[in-house]
Amino acid sequence: MDLFFQLLINGIIVGTLYGVVAMCFVLIYKSTQVVNFAQGEFLLIGAWICWYILVQFQIPFVFGFLITLVFMAGLGIFIQMVVLRPMIGEPIISVIMVTIGLSIFMRALVNWLFGQNAVGFPEVFSTSSINIGGLYVQPAYLMSFVISIVIMAGFFYFFKYSRYGLAMRATAFNQQVAQSLGISVKQVFAMAWAISAMVSALAGVVVGMVNGVSSALSFIGIKVFPAVILGGLDSIIGAVVGGLIVGVLENMAEYVDGQFLYWGNMLTIAPFWVLIIILVIKPYGLFGTKDIERV
Amino acid sequence: MATMSLRPCGDFRTTYKQDTVIFDTRNSRWAMVLFLMALYVMVLIPVLAPGVEEAPVLSSLFAPFYNAQYLSLAIQACYWGIAALGLNILVGFTGQISLGHAAFFGIGAFGSAYLNNTYGIPVVLSIPLAGLIAAAVGLLFGSPAARIKGLYLAIATLAAQFIIEDLFIRLDWFTGGSYGSLANSIELFGVTFDTDQKFFLFALSLTIILFVLAANLMRSRDGRAFVAVRDHYLSAEVMGINLTKYRILSFGISSFYAGIGGALYGHYLGFVSAEGFTILLSIQFLGIIIIGGLGSVMGAMLGTIFMVLLPEVMAGGVDIIASTEWGNTPMITNGLAYFKEMAIGAAIILFLIFEPDGLAHRWRLIKAYWKLYPFSY
Repeated sequence: MDLFFQLLINGIIVGTLYGVVAMCFVLIYKSTQVVNFAQGEFLLIGAWICWYILVQFQIPFVFGFLITLVFMAGLGIFIQMVVLRPMIGEPIISVIMVTIGLSIFMRALVNWLFGQNAVGFPEVFSTSSINIGGLYVQPAYLMSFVISIVIMAGFFYFFKYSRYGLAMRATAFNQQVAQSLGISVKQVFAMAWAISAMVSALAGVVVGMVNGVSSALSFIGIKVFPAVILGGLDSIIGAVVGGLIVGVLENMAEYVDGQFLYWGNMLTIAPFWVLIIILVIKPYGLFGTKDIERV
Repeated sequence: MATMSLRPCGDFRTTYKQDTVIFDTRNSRWAMVLFLMALYVMVLIPVLAPGVEEAPVLSSLFAPFYNAQYLSLAIQACYWGIAALGLNILVGFTGQISLGHAAFFGIGAFGSAYLNNTYGIPVVLSIPLAGLIAAAVGLLFGSPAARIKGLYLAIATLAAQFIIEDLFIRLDWFTGGSYGSLANSIELFGVTFDTDQKFFLFALSLTIILFVLAANLMRSRDGRAFVAVRDHYLSAEVMGINLTKYRILSFGISSFYAGIGGALYGHYLGFVSAEGFTILLSIQFLGIIIIGGLGSVMGAMLGTIFMVLLPEVMAGGVDIIASTEWGNTPMITNGLAYFKEMAIGAAIILFLIFEPDGLAHRWRLIKAYWKLYPFSY
């Protein structure tokens, strides 16, 4: 039973991380109507940049991390302006394909520059596990959990109370009306990408600290799809809940598989089976708004 | 209009029949027929009369048809082209997005090898049967398309891609598991298509047949229904088109093409392994039809040729850079695989931004330019 609880804890911690990445995904989708297939590459790039700065210049983690965030914000804005802006008004397939193209390009570029093998992160927290009620949890995992919760709270505050958050919500609701009320839609778009890239990079750094930095990071960008579909594509709360469910679910699948079924590879595949089932029975997820179309 | 030998300076079509012809002038039809016949003859002569290529003048003429690399690229263009034709029916004509085309391609490859190895069905028959297996699986995984569309469908097919890829390793009675399975050479009328030349002839014939089928499908009632579903599915439904039927049918046809392409691929390599059908291949197929031009049968072929040649061009470019003094670093020489991937991504992005209608549109522009040359007004 110990293993069960261990996997449950793992699931919750990984789930909050999925939730954070899913939130970034939903942020972009909600405010700019772009499905970002390159979300995982933001994690990858963020983790590698932070690793590179820390290893190359030997500066304290906090500064290295801040530089990473600034770089990622720039990257997000650059991508939005150069690649996504010409895509406004194009059919959905074009928008999807352009982000897929971006994802291939960025992943290949990063793999070329830094290699594909996992590289350990410079030690920031002590790596000996902490004993919580008989279960061993790595401090970095615990940190990631806390950081994820803080990010979620930050998102909540930002959207609920800040001026820019209000502008973003207004744009998400109706772009034309928002524009006519004096909100710069261009700025909102750029800001959505910048925030999304920064927070994804943060998640990437956290995962990198625990598991090492490698090209496997970009797969989290794929795992996000089950989470966001489960929660509803345009719901930030849904993204968090969906991420948690997917994280717990894949670890439970791993448990059931390891104990009873012996099929193997369930950790990776189970979320996609769930995804298909959800799409068939409840396509708009738990919290998503249902599209109502009129001619 | 098909009776005319040159293109008129404007639209003078008066019937629907004229509007749907494949070749709009007699000359273009004959040019295509001559081109294909020349291709056959050039490849056939060295096969039928070995030794001809060593004759003094002819040797340089036949050299490209004996070049193993060119031939393998041409064969690759054939099996990718078939799969791309199918994907274009789904994405370009029906407006559905599929990120799982490589999986159906793989089902065709494994299916044909399985039918041939286990039941001894001749390869010539097992290829279309593999297409049908792929179509059946495509109908199954396409069935969510009855309810969902656009983005949701893209994500559903993404899931299908990963699930089927996983099944390739899991179902070892069908695929041989992680060892893969062997695929025999094609035999027809006692001729074994074992050399690249012979295989190219077979692949080319199959491609032509499937190309003509696809082009004609688009002139039929079903083809028009597909386009109507793409352009405005609500209006299409109001006009009496059964949305569910056509969406799922489109998935089936597209998977059928993918299956045939995959089967051809399997029998060409002689060995099918589960690693060959990743999401990257699916994306390459999508890239092909975007680069070629969505909703153009010809575009699918142009895009295929582009995508087949792109890695070769990259390899050539890297060779040139590596031969210079500053470029000869391990970073450059070992980076070719990454450059190829980057080129695919960059090509998709650049085409979407600068030429969203693809090479087919560029081709139309070139034709329009020469039609009125030298008076461009």
